[in-house]
Amino acid sequence: MGQFILFLVLMTLGYLFGHYAEKKHYKSINKREKELLKLPVISCKNPIGNDTVAHVKLSYGSVVISVDYFKRILASLYNFFGGNIRSYETLLDRARREAILRLKESTTDADQIINLRIETSSIYKGNGNSIGSVEVLAYGTAIYFEKNEPT
Amino acid sequence: MLMSNIEIIPNKTIVTGFGVVSGSTVRAKHAGRDLMAGLKNIFGGELKGYTELLEESREEAIKRMISQAEQMGANAIVNVRFSTSSVAAGAAEIYVYGTAVTVE
Repeated sequence: MGQFILFLVLMTLGYLFGHYAEKKHYKSINKREKELLKLPVISCKNPIGNDTVAHVKLSYGSVVISVDYFKRILASLYNFFGGNIRSYETLLDRARREAILRLKESTTDADQIINLRIETSSIYKGNGNSIGSVEVLAYGTAIYFEKNEPT
Repeated sequence: MLMSNIEIIPNKTIVTGFGVVSGSTVRAKHAGRDLMAGLKNIFGGELKGYTELLEESREEAIKRMISQAEQMGANAIVNVRFSTSSVAAGAAEIYVYGTAVTVE
């Protein structure tokens, strides 16, 4: 009985705080993505445009995000019945967008970031084999064009 | 040290190649961070302690790779790749590798 109450409490806490945290995070992601729109990130090896490159720098951004208790239980139910696990989709979406934002924020004075690579790894496994938290690393080469050399 | 994750350093020519250089670190987080992470696993959200930890170890791995390249006499590293793997529960390995070259 005690265990069941604990389970219920954890479910409610997870739902309330997790829902709030996700909403807040999406809001901040959307806001920062708009601000950093002027810095393009591409996954090609050559920069767009014919300007001469003056300087390059390797840059990266990473984030570790955890899923809440409620969603983990939900995901294990989905695991039983099959279908898209929406709760993990939003987790990975948030983590990837946050990692790219941090990559951009680390070099705001660059003109372009080329050859973007994204790497995902789950660093913490919970009970059984369920994903506890994922780490996403985004890295690329920041390009500075000649007319806009950093001081 | 110039670094890029493409095959060249734009606007420069590669003169000599020295081969692969790499750096790695294995790091464990301390108990306090573990406890916080356990709490965050209930509430959800970013695990700041882990992010910091992985950032620190990544910088350390890059530093080791750079010192290896400097010993060879290179002045740039091209085609840098990162990889992360969890070796044991509570420890993560960060591995970074690239090709040491001289550019002009």
